[in-house]
Amino acid sequence: MAADSPSSLVPIGGAIRTPKEFRHHILSVVVENKTGVLARVAMLFSRRGYNIFSLAVAPTDDERFSRLTIVVDVDTAPLEQITKQLHKLVNVIRISEIDPSEAVECELLLATVQADAATRAQVIELVNLFDGRIVDVGSSKLTVMVGSSPHNLDNFESLLSEYGISEIQRTGRVALQRLEMPTSKRRQSRGRVS
Amino acid sequence: MKLTGAQALIKSLELQGVEAIFGLPGGAILPVYDPLLESSIRHILVRHEQGAGHMAEGYAQATGRPGVAMVTSGPAATNIVTPLADAYMDSIPLVVITGQVAASVIGSDAFQEADTTGITMSITKHNWLITDPYDIPRIVREAFHVATTGRPGPVVIDFPKDIATGELEWYWPKSIDLPGYRPTTKGHPKMIREALSLILQAERPVIYAGGGVIRGRACEELVAFAERTGIPVVTTLMARGAIPDSHHLCLGMPGMHGNYTAVTSLQRADLLITLGARFDDRVTGKVSAFAPNAKVIHVDIDPAELGKIRRPDVPIVGDVRQVVAEFLRGLGEGDLGQQADLAPWWAQLEQWRKAYPYTYDRTNEAPPIKPQFVVETLNRMAPPDTILASGVGQHQMWSSQYWSFEGPNRWINSGGLGTMGFAIPAAIGAKVGRPESTVWAIDGDGCFQMTAQELVTATTERIPIKVAILNNAYLGMVRQWQEMFYEERYSEVYLSPDLPDYVKWAEAMGCVGMKVEDPSEVESAIAKANSIDDRPVVIDFRTDTSEKVFPMVPSGHSNDDIVLG
Ligand SMILES: Cc1ncc(C[n+]2csc(CCOP(=O)(O)OP(=O)(O)O)c2C)c(N)n1
Ligand SMILES: [Mg+2]
Repeated sequence: MAADSPSSLVPIGGAIRTPKEFRHHILSVVVENKTGVLARVAMLFSRRGYNIFSLAVAPTDDERFSRLTIVVDVDTAPLEQITKQLHKLVNVIRISEIDPSEAVECELLLATVQADAATRAQVIELVNLFDGRIVDVGSSKLTVMVGSSPHNLDNFESLLSEYGISEIQRTGRVALQRLEMPTSKRRQSRGRVS
Repeated sequence: MKLTGAQALIKSLELQGVEAIFGLPGGAILPVYDPLLESSIRHILVRHEQGAGHMAEGYAQATGRPGVAMVTSGPAATNIVTPLADAYMDSIPLVVITGQVAASVIGSDAFQEADTTGITMSITKHNWLITDPYDIPRIVREAFHVATTGRPGPVVIDFPKDIATGELEWYWPKSIDLPGYRPTTKGHPKMIREALSLILQAERPVIYAGGGVIRGRACEELVAFAERTGIPVVTTLMARGAIPDSHHLCLGMPGMHGNYTAVTSLQRADLLITLGARFDDRVTGKVSAFAPNAKVIHVDIDPAELGKIRRPDVPIVGDVRQVVAEFLRGLGEGDLGQQADLAPWWAQLEQWRKAYPYTYDRTNEAPPIKPQFVVETLNRMAPPDTILASGVGQHQMWSSQYWSFEGPNRWINSGGLGTMGFAIPAAIGAKVGRPESTVWAIDGDGCFQMTAQELVTATTERIPIKVAILNNAYLGMVRQWQEMFYEERYSEVYLSPDLPDYVKWAEAMGCVGMKVEDPSEVESAIAKANSIDDRPVVIDFRTDTSEKVFPMVPSGHSNDDIVLG
């Protein structure tokens, strides 16, 4: 295992893999829905030398706000510093830290895979096993879609790679706090800025 | 009432109480300069936009009010990037208005277009690109609010030309709605109690006062707290004057070029009461060896400073003035019966003070002049309430070491960013804000050459500052490092004492110029400069090239490795 060599675990500009060995954290950040806010967050991370592992942005039910789900590599900086610096951004409303073990995480994967007459049935079976769908069909290829936990997607991806993946795209995760967990464990802080 | 965007901007600035704008017009900001003609606001026309930014910083540091600068788009906006970065590092409230190409052509690489909000994002507290004239009054209010509250800092309003020429129905917002911006000002009562208990137990406590004490207007509270507890105070480069240097509880400046007592008091302390300071590397030296036996109480209005460098035992997020007032309240009235005896600690501190004051060859009577002697003489002859600005380099350190700062907002310098060329424009800005005070700038010959042209601004606008160049013919601070750490291999640090001719240059800019080579002439030249009040004065002091700044903690070393020289 390459457990203690962080550089082998943190893909830089490479495909997204679930971090297994390094400690990651999920930040759910509610921001004002204004132009440039994503740039401010991204700039803050690069300026302070923090690694973003994945990032997903979407509007919330309140159109004034958006939610960013940021998976951060905590080895690049203590989580506390990251959240405190994020709080200083005027457009950041609320930050919730979600411990991965207390989170429901979900990610979407699209892949185009080799599937000729000999392997097509196997690929379809595999997709079904992961509750996925075939979203496009070609003469020798299929494009498949699976929405699942990032960990499941990793497994799916490695199984699928046996057949020859020609293109793959993953969204990065979104996450919410697990319901049955006591909410007190969800450290939330509001609007402490300077 | 319908107003143009330009009129609304000027009116908003007036309502914010702005009395001076430092700036220089150009294409994109042209519409705003027109209603300025009717405004009560004084505009100071600079010769380079960097000057406008540093003047606004000097104004802000001298007055405690936000400094305002206005420049056009593109190259003008990029010219003011350095002062923005400088103000961001030193928490100086600035509102900078930059012209921008018309909103309709943003993104098309129009003439003089630059992505000002993008460029300044990481060196401002916040910035705004106005996209609707209706937003002008609201954004101006928000900008001043963000710049001046919480941890102060610079903000930018990027103002497209078609926003200036557009129209709006005038209004003035009654309140500010920034849901993500709510600075915490009141310290947590439990933390305050814990802090007090540590304060009373400590046998070797030191108050480590930083620039936040000055920005937070907490100097009176600081002095009262120090006097109440008998705890010594060190004042960082940014906090000089927070407690008078002549006060017996003031140990002076810690850090790389701090005095032995201040540096070593932190190293030996069992408690640091850190007020508005940020454990900068120039103070801590090697962090892991800094104040190894001290517990840390850290008070700061910026939560991100707590635990950024050193994990505090008692973190207190809050306004330093309010928190120190709470400390005083918590200590109550009567005597502090339970407080540990500080007499042995003071005995030690006094011994160090006696044994290791700042020193230089005071007996020297021949040229070249000792630079420290110039600073001491300037200080001795300065009228009360004189403001001192400095550039960056050896002369800055000697200024901080040998000047006795007797109150806040009288020492104006570039601490965090270390921006050469800061002194002259900053001194001009300070003089605009505090015209009744004498303003001296102590500058290096290298620094002077970076922003000297602003003396033309000073002469034209009748802002009679005084400049003492400590002319050692070198980029002296770099020379010192090459001498000490690069085996005297001097690389690209020689400047020449005579080129330029500083006297002629000063005179060409409408100033009185003087050259002083002999120590015996120092006093009379300063007396003459102090007597001139109708134009700027520049004195070219020929100082000793070989003089080095001591004490010194070599970069990356423990403060225990302090070199006395
Ligand atoms: C804009 C900028 N460029 C370079 C430096 C690096 N630097 C720090 S001090 C110094 C020398 C300053 O020379 P001078 O103004 O003559 O002051 P002295 O040290 O000789 O007193 C230099 C080059 C800096 N701080 N700022
Ligand atoms: Mg020099």
